[in-house]
Amino acid sequence: MCLNNKLSEGDKINLSDLIGTLDKTPSALIKTKKQLKNLQHNQSTLETPLTRKETEKIQREVAFEKTSKEVSRWQSVVLQNQKAEQLVFPLNQEPSGPKRIEHVVAGWKAQTPLEQEIFSLLRMNKQPLHDPVLTPTEEASLRAMSLEEAKIRRAELQKTRVLQSYYEAKAKRGKKIKSKKYHRVQKKVMRKEYLKQFDEMVKTDPAAALEELKKMELSRMKERMSLKHQNSGKWAKSKAIMAKYDDGARKAMQKQLEVNKDLTQKLVIPADEDEEDEEESAETLPDFVNDVEPILDQVNPWMRGKLSTEPMMEESNRLDPPVWPREVGKPGEGQDEQEEDEEQMEETEEESLLRGFEERRKLRQTEDKAEILEISDYDEEAVEISDDDEEAGLSNFTSLFHGLVNHMEPPADQPKAGPGLRQGESPALLEEGLVRVRTLEDVELLSQDISTSDTALLTTQILGTEETDTQSATQQADKKRKKMIDPNEVLTKEAKVIEMPLAPTAVEDVEDKEEQRVIIKEAFAGDDVVSDFLKDKRKQEEAGRPKVIDLTLPGWGEWGGLGLQPSRSKRKRFRVKVAPPPPRQDQKLPNIIIAEKRDSSIAAHQVCQLPFPFEKPIQFERTIRSPVGRTWNTQNAVQKITAPKVVTQLGAIIEPIAREDLIKDNRQAVTGPSINLESDQGPQKKRRSQQKKQHKRKKN
Amino acid sequence: MVSPKIFGNVLSGRCKRNQQTHFRQIRADIALNIRNPDDYVRETKLDIQRVPRNYDPSLHPFEVPREYTRALNATKLERVFAKPFLASLDGHRDGVNCMAKHPKSLSTMLSGSCDGELKVWNLTKRECVRTLQAHEGFVRGMVVRFCGTSFFTVGDDKTIKQWKMETPGYGEEEEPLNTILGKSVFTSIDHHQKEGVFVTCGQQVDIWDEQRSSPIRSFSWGVDSFSCVRFNPVETELLASCASDRSIVLYDMREATPLKKVIMNMRSNTLCWNPMEAYNFTCSNEDYNLYTYDMRYLDKPFTVHMDHVSAVLDVDYSPTGKEFVSASFDKTIRIFPKDSGHSREVYHTKRMQHVISIKWSSDNKYILSASDEMNIRLWKANAAEKLGLLAPREKAAVNYSQKLKEKFQHHPQIRRISHHRHLPKSIYSQTKELRVMKEARRRKERNVRKHSKPGSMPVVTEKEKHVVTVVK
Repeated sequence: MCLNNKLSEGDKINLSDLIGTLDKTPSALIKTKKQLKNLQHNQSTLETPLTRKETEKIQREVAFEKTSKEVSRWQSVVLQNQKAEQLVFPLNQEPSGPKRIEHVVAGWKAQTPLEQEIFSLLRMNKQPLHDPVLTPTEEASLRAMSLEEAKIRRAELQKTRVLQSYYEAKAKRGKKIKSKKYHRVQKKVMRKEYLKQFDEMVKTDPAAALEELKKMELSRMKERMSLKHQNSGKWAKSKAIMAKYDDGARKAMQKQLEVNKDLTQKLVIPADEDEEDEEESAETLPDFVNDVEPILDQVNPWMRGKLSTEPMMEESNRLDPPVWPREVGKPGEGQDEQEEDEEQMEETEEESLLRGFEERRKLRQTEDKAEILEISDYDEEAVEISDDDEEAGLSNFTSLFHGLVNHMEPPADQPKAGPGLRQGESPALLEEGLVRVRTLEDVELLSQDISTSDTALLTTQILGTEETDTQSATQQADKKRKKMIDPNEVLTKEAKVIEMPLAPTAVEDVEDKEEQRVIIKEAFAGDDVVSDFLKDKRKQEEAGRPKVIDLTLPGWGEWGGLGLQPSRSKRKRFRVKVAPPPPRQDQKLPNIIIAEKRDSSIAAHQVCQLPFPFEKPIQFERTIRSPVGRTWNTQNAVQKITAPKVVTQLGAIIEPIAREDLIKDNRQAVTGPSINLESDQGPQKKRRSQQKKQHKRKKN
Repeated sequence: MVSPKIFGNVLSGRCKRNQQTHFRQIRADIALNIRNPDDYVRETKLDIQRVPRNYDPSLHPFEVPREYTRALNATKLERVFAKPFLASLDGHRDGVNCMAKHPKSLSTMLSGSCDGELKVWNLTKRECVRTLQAHEGFVRGMVVRFCGTSFFTVGDDKTIKQWKMETPGYGEEEEPLNTILGKSVFTSIDHHQKEGVFVTCGQQVDIWDEQRSSPIRSFSWGVDSFSCVRFNPVETELLASCASDRSIVLYDMREATPLKKVIMNMRSNTLCWNPMEAYNFTCSNEDYNLYTYDMRYLDKPFTVHMDHVSAVLDVDYSPTGKEFVSASFDKTIRIFPKDSGHSREVYHTKRMQHVISIKWSSDNKYILSASDEMNIRLWKANAAEKLGLLAPREKAAVNYSQKLKEKFQHHPQIRRISHHRHLPKSIYSQTKELRVMKEARRRKERNVRKHSKPGSMPVVTEKEKHVVTVVK
């Protein structure tokens, strides 16, 4: 500054002047000295500059990043245009017809000095230029309140302020009270009030009550996650040391635990109430553990999943003969196997595996026996079902069993039965599943109660099948025809209920599983898949059967009227019987439904694959089903539906999209771009840092 | 009419009183059957016709079959009316090598031929309005200035010439406004959208100021020749060029260096930027395909457009940016939707030879193709479209049938009819042959993959197949 001043004055600068300034700043001088010294000491050479090729590469990369970022600004516009229902080209058309006066005025500039003067005056006095309605001051005065209103408002405010101060003072006073009893009572009152409120809420506003419940659930969750009341904190540990001697400390700890228990206690949902009550009353295993799994829902394959089996595997292994059928194959070996299982617990996994193989081998040898038992069980049904081969649906099913029995009967002990069986099982997968499910359950049943009486009964049945067959066939021929195999009838025995003390830690897991199981059960309640399938098939067959067409017209050639029927001869004459269709393709396939609806003449016009943008056939069908034309829609709807996607004007030149569009677009969608900007900034920074890193790498 | 006399005869056996009441009843019925004209008569002629109609869907059980039939008929009619060829502009004495649109006038078009002749056409009259000998040898490229008052041409004689758009008056000589003599042959030229800057390419990409006789900037990146250079019409400072080393190079006019380049399996002939999407461009390639790139992600094209059976020579976007048209050495023109892998339309005539240049008119209605056999052809962009003004009812009908076709487009019959195109035998057989070749290649690759170590033969998608590298 001073130098400049001197220069401006035109004085000469003496060297002493410069030195003088140096003297004024001794610190800077010292600094430079130090730097110089450092430089002298520093022996390392400067890095060689990058080659031209490399610098160019870096330049290119930087330039590309920059331009690509610039170009990306168009992304939103491009997407918007792609999604637009209708695009009218040229894009920025001036709307035809007379313009609004404001637009005209806005576009017009004051040119003559008189005009300019007038406008400047208007502006100075804050007069409206375009929309001559109200000046800003006028608007402000309009917005202001009237005097009375203002007074009322002030009074209100005062009142609330006073009330607030009263309340605050009261709260302070209450807080200062040292009596523990007082606080306890206070808390109790509060809780009571809260409960009352909640009860009321349940009645009046269930949604809010649900919300409260959710809050409670949340607090429970939090408690379960935290260790706050688990006596694991510093305080708790110190108390634990003291607890031996101090009764108070012990109590305090117990209180903590109680709090924890209270908080973590699950809210009782009315559907599960019974089960939980039972659990709490006697600390035993939950009830379902005692149920043999398939009995719950034998018919429902959904319920045969692993979900419910897993948690009780340990217990069931110990207590029950395992549900696994192969191991239980021989009914006589039930007890042995229990023992075996107990041994298994002690064995290592390898051994158990080996043992499993052995058992299977054994089983294969004794399979015949088991199968006989199976079949004998089915005989009960087989007997009931009539011999009519013409009955399609179930008779297939039954004939199969008949075949099996016939194969088996003559030499019951001979190994020939094996292949016969395989024949029976071969037809298809679903059929296979069906048969096997029965066998499992039956065998299981047998294994569970080892009473000899049952087996004896069965053997007698085997012997006497033929007799009973003929008898029952005559007796119940028509009645039993439609009867389905009801697993509830087959398995009449109930499982034993075993009570067992349970470690409290395990309860929660079991509880959860139980809950899940209940949910699944509810979801698939009444889902009898197999019988549903059979029913379905029979229904389709019925529908496919030709119907007699009645063409009689009452009242033609004879008297007609209420209560009068056309004559029999006429009815006979005009009833047309249609020739039976060719036999169904799935006639001999009991577990398949082959749709016969497909018409090859129509198929040529039908879409066979789901077209691309659709994800589900229903979506596609919906688009096809909704009509477009004027015959089915109102004029306006038709216009809206059939509006073309791209509209161009005749003889108008379509210019490329301009930068102004981008700016305008950004202004219009204020929220969109702001978000974009934020998201842009992130990558920018990243990019910059990356660039820096790259530079560094190249230098190195 | 029912006469009381007849009734009297019929009811002769009954008592008279009864007869009278009955008759009265019938008269009442007759009176009721007369409708109120208010229900079906318009108040004025300008009103819409009253259509008493019940739109309850349960009353219209056959709406889908009826619409299907209508759609089928509409599709058939579309094929019946699909006559895209409008006119042939002849007059050139050699193959037409390049064309240029006028930015301000729809009816004006310029074309340059291989003998250096340049013609200005009036498309409405379908006649040549001006002819001039622009260069010695080929006219390689030309472009009209954004204001439409002058145009630039480059030719084999290593010159850039600027011409006035106006026809010179009587007695005046055809002379260029400016002539710049370059060091090497220029192969292509393009003009900036808003400024007085143009770009040429040849051995390098040069950016010129209109006022100067030397380039203001030159880009070269290890390549010796370029075939095409184009300004981005939206982000007006960006450029792209096709080079003879099978690469496409991007430039920014403001930067000192090129931005990036992608090298493909075969050479790209030309490219065209999408006028509505700033970052997308399509290039026509020697390997019969067209590739649409997003300039930010050059490592693979986002669409590969296949259907041509020979090298694609030129490509131009529709001004709406929804479609583009390509000209090929296989003597056909194809129209592709910008995001579809296959063409929606193919145009060909018996006499049209290799199509060298193609332009889509700036009102989105016409296509101009310039071919080897000295002709320029004018086509409709939508083959079945009715030209000229349409009555509102006509417009509504067109919209409706269009919607129907769109709705039922996936039905096999409609699909078959709408997709059917007649092709010259050579192209048809070549398409088949190509299909067989492709299938064979695919099968071989599959077999090799099957018999090699899993993971050693990675699956390369069609998009990735054609890109060699991206050079930064």
